[in-house]
Parts: sequence; structure tokens; C-alpha cells
Amino acid sequence: MSANICGDYKTSYKEDMVLFQTTFSKFWIIAFVLALYVVPLFLGNYVLYVANMICIAVIGALGINILTGFTGQISLGHGAFIGIGAYTSGYLTMKLGVPFIVALPAAGVVTALFGMVFGIPSLRLKGLYLAIATLAAQFIIEYLMVHLEPITNGVLGLLVDYPSVFGFSFDTDLKYFYLTVSIAILATLYAKNLIRTRPGRAFIAIRDRYISAEVMGVNLFKYKLMAFGISSFLAGIAGSLWAHYVTIITPEHFTIGVSIEYLAMIIIGGLGHLIGAIYGAIFMVLLPEVLRLMSESMSGQFPMIVNMFAAIKEGIFGAIIIGFLVYEPDGLAHRWQMIKAYWKLWPFSY
Amino acid sequence: MDFFLQLLISGIVVGSIYALVALGFVLIYKATGVINFAQGEFLMVGAYICLGMVTTLHIPFWIAFFMTMAVTVVLGLVIERVALRPMIGEPIIAIIMLTIGLSSVLKCCVQLVWGPNNRVYPQIFSQVPIHIGPVVVSQVYLWSVGFALLFLGLFTLFFRYSPSGIAMRAVADDQQAALSMGISVKKVFAMAWCIAFLVAAVGGIFLGNINGVNISLGFFGLKVFPAVILGGLDSIPGAILGGLIIGVLEALTGGYLDPILGGGTAEVAPFVVLVVILMIKPYGFFGTEVIEKV
Repeated sequence: MSANICGDYKTSYKEDMVLFQTTFSKFWIIAFVLALYVVPLFLGNYVLYVANMICIAVIGALGINILTGFTGQISLGHGAFIGIGAYTSGYLTMKLGVPFIVALPAAGVVTALFGMVFGIPSLRLKGLYLAIATLAAQFIIEYLMVHLEPITNGVLGLLVDYPSVFGFSFDTDLKYFYLTVSIAILATLYAKNLIRTRPGRAFIAIRDRYISAEVMGVNLFKYKLMAFGISSFLAGIAGSLWAHYVTIITPEHFTIGVSIEYLAMIIIGGLGHLIGAIYGAIFMVLLPEVLRLMSESMSGQFPMIVNMFAAIKEGIFGAIIIGFLVYEPDGLAHRWQMIKAYWKLWPFSY
Repeated sequence: MDFFLQLLISGIVVGSIYALVALGFVLIYKATGVINFAQGEFLMVGAYICLGMVTTLHIPFWIAFFMTMAVTVVLGLVIERVALRPMIGEPIIAIIMLTIGLSSVLKCCVQLVWGPNNRVYPQIFSQVPIHIGPVVVSQVYLWSVGFALLFLGLFTLFFRYSPSGIAMRAVADDQQAALSMGISVKKVFAMAWCIAFLVAAVGGIFLGNINGVNISLGFFGLKVFPAVILGGLDSIPGAILGGLIIGVLEALTGGYLDPILGGGTAEVAPFVVLVVILMIKPYGFFGTEVIEKV
């Protein structure tokens, strides 16, 4: 726990690339992870439900942050990709009787394949055009979810069981939390390591200046497709976990609204910061819950609030996005860095 | 054959409204380089404002129609000033998300004022259908096509001959050069958003007269994407052609494929076409191809 009086000194590239930048941060991160496993034992079911939703959202948000934040390819179809993961896992376990431990990675792989198919146009398309291509993917996949009735049961939805691994059933909020939080930690570690290695560096190079990246020998098509694949793989995992937790999946869970929510998560959290995906996921999952609690407490004085809740929620959601983009375009991750930097030199902050 | 003609006509009607909305879309893109995901909500807001004037304030339809146009111009100015001007020079994803956020806020406002239910316009156009050969066309269809064509024509003339239109084209072409010639780029940006809101509102009013208005009218804006991509993101004739093609395509797939594939094909067909277009001709029919070099 060294106090860094005048910043971090790095004398080699290797030092710059280590996983934990300081012993201080290493200590706190490990303490935090331990707390994640101990504290839930004392929490109620409602809090655990919210925590589960946050963990699932973290996995999905890490995926879209790799694609959009690090590689600079805007995706408006992430909600549909999560849906593919959910349906694959649901279909495999319920109709084919595949054990969950196989269905979970299978959901990721199938979603990755779908994602890479819709990522093929990315070689020729950039920015706006790619955003619109992924928007098309969203609507096409939504259509397939409704109309491929033998697999998806159409609008009626698919009933899914709680998962069980080798006879151990994850059938309570607490047990499920240990599953989601473990996978969320693995996903975070994976993403962190990915960004440190060659593919991650290539993603960032493509985002910053793709022509220079190509000149330096980065295979654009390969890495763009890889970004789509990894991002959709994580989306598929998130979808599978989501499906087995909520236990009923219908096409209306995976609309364009979900895609936008995930995009909003990484914008609010911080594009191109892995920690931003976590902040964003926490923020976006908590926001509707907080709004709901507020509207319930105010419904005594203003009965119309309950009827208008959906509209008000949407309006506040939009206003928060606009507010962040105008006043805090680098997201919560950046704000947190600024706060840390302020305290590091306090009270001599100049 | 009659069935085909009937589908064709309704496709052209809806397509001409697509073209109007696409015009606003292209205009914003051309002048400011911004893509507007709230275009469908602009349409919805316009339709609701006109409806409110007609049903609540009992203003005659045609006066309400022109008053709505005035109101939307003001709204366009306000939105540009409050939300979009701070975003000049920001990356594309920020601007996309900003317009998405804007669409949520507009949807919220409309629901707070008018409620979430479906509303219908009082009968404004005579219900007596007109027979053109074997095909029956209702009068509101003819009015919509007429007004869509009128506005598309007016704006084509506006861009060709009026000083403001020429200024907008200059800004679209090269902002720096336009600035050094004494054109106020800020004014042009504001004008682009006003016109986009205005044409969307006109489309919304006619669409509302055909189908009624509800909160999902905003979804109509997303269907404009295939139209503009087909024609080219920055081409006004492209917007018109793309709008008509998508309208007709939607009507035909709805008429012929829905009985076979079981509903919903009209919703998804434009997007399938969109993916195909993006794969083979990413800049559409008339769009400017961006040449990238080091």
C-alpha cells in the first residue's frame, strides 16, 4: 500500500502493462472481489435480484464497449444479440435437453457467429452507415424471433428452467448471484487482458486512425470481425444468464430499446474505459428501480404519476443521456479519475 | 391486376410521406453532417400539435395546419439551440445518442400532454372515394401525395434559387469556405433543423389523417433509414426516389408475402433491402462516395 506522493513512475513498457497498476489498487480490488462473495449472504432477495441484473448487464456492456468503445464500431443491434444468446440457451436446454454447462458457451458461440455475419459489412462501412446496418440487424433478428416459431415459440415466448450444474441447482437469488458475479468477474478479467494484448491494441488503433493502423500492418477485416465476434460472444453469455434467471423469454425483451439502453450504459459509464461498462451497468439498472421507488412514495400525493410512470421513465432516461453527452461526454469513469486526481494532490491541487 | 394497382397506389402514398420525412433527414445530414434518429418523433409531435389545435382549441383544420408549421419551426430552433449546438464537432456516436435521447424526451412530453392512447383526427377530407380506372382511391390519399409533391417541389426550387438555399448548399459543400464567404454556418444549421421539423410535421399530419395518431408513430422515422440509404444519404432526389421505392416495396410485400409468411413482412422487408444495398452499393443511388486516402 504505497502512497503515490508524486504519481506513478514507470521505467519500462512492461511496468506500464501490468494488470494492477499499484499495490494500493491491487489490495482494494481484491478486497472488493472478496466483499462481492461475502456481503450477499446478508442481503435480501430484492437487493440480490438487482445485483444479479447488474452482473448480467456488466457482461453485456463489456461486450458492446469492446465493439463500440474500443474498436469504434457503433452497434445498434446489441439487444438482439443478447436475445439470440437467450433463445439459443433456452432452446438447447429445454427442447434438446443439453446441460446448462454446455448451453452457456454454446449460446455465446452461436451469438458470436451471428454477430460476425452482421459484422461483415463493417469492412466497407463506417460510422453512420455501420450504425444503420446494425439497426437493420436488430429488426431482422426481431422478426426472426417472432416468426421462427418451432424454435422460439413466437410471441408466446419460451419457458426456461433455472440452470443446474452437476445436480446443483441455482434456484435462489443468492445461488444465482454467485454464478452471475463469477462470470462477470471472469468477463472483466478477460476484457482487461484482451485490451492489454495485440488484438486489443489493434482495436484501439482501428478506432483512432484506421488508415494508419492498416499501414502499420493491422489486418482491418480480421480485427473488425474479431471485435464483432468477441462482443457478441459476451452478449450471448449475458443473454443466456438472463434467460435462465427470468425463466420466460419473449421477443419484446430484446427490442431496439434494449440496444439503446446498452449503448447508453457505455456512454454514461465512459466509452473506451472497461470500468465504464461497470459503472454504466450499475447506473442503468439502478435508475428504473430508483424511479419506481420514488414514484411509489409520491403516488399518495400525485396519483397520476403511476399511470404516467412509463412515459416519465423514458423522458428521464432521454434527459440523462442528453445531460451526460452535453456536460460529461467522457462518462462516469472520467469523472472518477478527475476526483482521484484531485485528492491525490490535495490540498495543493494546482 | 387490380389488387396490384391498389397496393401500388397505397405504396406511393405512404412512400411520398417517407420521401417528405427523408427530405428533412437528408437536409440535416447535408448541412450539418448529423444523422437524426428523432425524425420519427418530429413527425409524431407535428401530428399531435395539429390534432390538439383541431380537437381541443377547435381551430379549422387548414388554419391549424399552417399554425402547426409555425410552431414546429420554433420548436426546431429551440431544439437546435439547446441540444445540438453544444455537440458541434463531437464524434458521431455522441450525436446519434443525443438524437436518440431527444426522441425519448419528445415521446415523454407527448404522452404527458396527450396520453398514451390512439387518437383519431376528426373527419376533414370527404370520405367519398374517387375512381381512377379500376382503382378506388380515398381523397386523403390524393391530398397527401399532392402536398408531399408540393413540398418536395418547393424545397427543390428553394435550394436552387433562393439565397438561403444556396447558402445551405454552400455550407453542405464546405463549411470553411462558406464561413469565409460571410455565410453564418450557425444560422444555416438552425435553418436545417427547422425545415426538417417542418417537413416531418407535414408528413405526420397527413399520416395521422390516414391512420390516426399514437405513440408508435415515432417508429415511422426508423423506416426512413432504408429510404435514405437507398437513395444516398446526401441527395435530395435520392430521398424522393428512395422514399417511393420503400413505400411501394412495403405495400407489395405486405400484400403478397404476408399471406405466405404470416404477417410482419412489410416491417422487415425494407431492412433486408437495406442490408443488401449496404453490401453492394453502400452509398446508394445518388450518394456522394467518400474517397479515403492517406
